[in-house]
Amino acid sequence: MKASLWIGALISALVTGAALLSFLWVPHDIEALDIANKIKPPSGAHLLGTDHFGRDILSMLMVGARTSIAVAIVAVVIGMGFGVPLGLAAAARQGGWMDEVIMRGNDLIFAFPSLLIAIMITAVFGAGAVNAIIAIGIFNIPVFARLSRGAALSLWTRDYVLAARVAGKGRLRISAEHILPNLANLLIVQGTIQFSLGILAEAALSYVGLGAQPPVPSWGRMLADSQTMISFAPHMALFPGLAILLTVLGLNLMGDGLRDWLDPRLARDAR
Amino acid sequence: MLRYAGRRLFSLAVSLWVASLVIFLALEIVPGDPAAYMLGINAQEDTLAALREELGLNGSPMERYLAWIGGMFQGDFGTSYTYRTPVSEMIADRLWVSLPLALFALALSTLIAFPAGILAARNRGSVVDVAIMGGTQLGVAIPNFWFAMLMVLVFAINLRWFSAGGFPGWSEGIGPALKALTLPAIALALPQASILARVMRSALLDTLGEDYIRTARAKGLTQGQALRRHALRNALIPVLTIIGLQFSFLLAGAIIIENVFYLPGLGRLVFQAISARDLIVVESVVMLLVFAVIMVNFAVDIAYAWVDPRLRGRR
Repeated sequence: MKASLWIGALISALVTGAALLSFLWVPHDIEALDIANKIKPPSGAHLLGTDHFGRDILSMLMVGARTSIAVAIVAVVIGMGFGVPLGLAAAARQGGWMDEVIMRGNDLIFAFPSLLIAIMITAVFGAGAVNAIIAIGIFNIPVFARLSRGAALSLWTRDYVLAARVAGKGRLRISAEHILPNLANLLIVQGTIQFSLGILAEAALSYVGLGAQPPVPSWGRMLADSQTMISFAPHMALFPGLAILLTVLGLNLMGDGLRDWLDPRLARDAR
Repeated sequence: MLRYAGRRLFSLAVSLWVASLVIFLALEIVPGDPAAYMLGINAQEDTLAALREELGLNGSPMERYLAWIGGMFQGDFGTSYTYRTPVSEMIADRLWVSLPLALFALALSTLIAFPAGILAARNRGSVVDVAIMGGTQLGVAIPNFWFAMLMVLVFAINLRWFSAGGFPGWSEGIGPALKALTLPAIALALPQASILARVMRSALLDTLGEDYIRTARAKGLTQGQALRRHALRNALIPVLTIIGLQFSFLLAGAIIIENVFYLPGLGRLVFQAISARDLIVVESVVMLLVFAVIMVNFAVDIAYAWVDPRLRGRR
């Protein structure tokens, strides 16, 4: 099982490294149009070939990785930032009106598939990477709220929490000092999973034109551009798709590996 | 059971009401006047006023909200700003593509996931199990619209078994229509089948560890018999829940896949409506999809409680 963690971490590090490297160096300038060399298959000069404007696909993928990673990470931060406090608050007041309101609110967000949220936000504010982040982030909130509420509820029955209550600590302090640190492992694992879902969602949104707008390169956009040329330039569709697949696979493997490593009990339950 | 259903029905009504408010308010704050958008910049002030009156845009937000909701109850979703046809007719037309597509994908996903999950659970730890679980990892990680494009490349462009997109309509007969929906349904089903196969496998492994399975085996049943007669039935409860939840993902996911195959479904309608600022269409399609999701979740909850009486007491 350790293998999946290492393979996943390696792939994720590779993709992140490529994205970071793109700030300093890319094989070819992605804004330089080279119409003479458009739609060239992979070669020594262009390892992954060129697109319909003669831009180097490898360079586009490296810069596009920034968009994917940034959107997915910020969406996870939004989900955790709102979801975890809400889940902790609901657990601290289990059965109370606050618990009820928070959980019903969660159900409501769950009823809007993330894509619909994105469509509504785009209809209202227009397309763009920021709106994609908001749409994916909103969808992440109930995921983290439910997870932290469920785990916190079982932690509230522990002896050390009882001891803290006897010592006179309030619910807020107990949540912050005793419950939250014990949720960290679960949150890291779920964060990895939501990160990979965010990459997929961002790709889907920019594919239909609701994500990052040109000229900012994004993997989904590259796929959309390649669609009409797929019969004579399949390489244009192949590599962005593979990049998404590899990134998501790497993150999922890392998530599985982390779960086994951080929480052996959970791993046994999940089998 | 009735009390449980009643309580769920109440929260269903509240959810629908809040959802409709959220959708209405979200699209209410959109800047711009639909009437001005429809008539262009050279429109006369009195023509604009007449059109606003006709579209019912002059009332207060409260009046318009009530008119929208009231109309929906009677199947009247308003009139499209761009096409000048009833939104309900447009939606009904598109639903005949999106709904069969989602159902087709659901059927495929179940057909793939059940045997795969059962096979993996029966051969736990073996090469078969590892291969199936590896396949599901891939299935979850593949962006399904990309998979759809690859299928177009292989099966439509190279092998010419299917058309690359479009929909002939049901009037051409069931065969051609289903054929046009086959590749989209496979693309849509792949990630869901992968998730479902994993759920099926772990649910089966859970039940296979139960005492009643050991009892059945002690009575002389083979592993296969015990699995078919006892384990499968009990493992179905979590699996059915996931199938119910997946339906909403399929309906929403169809929005993307319809774009790959140029299918005239709800997804295409929504995107056309967004680019034409035809907000009443966006509003109605989103509400319809949210309604479908909430109803399916409600049905799953009720079915779940019906199958497993222990759940009725819980909140």
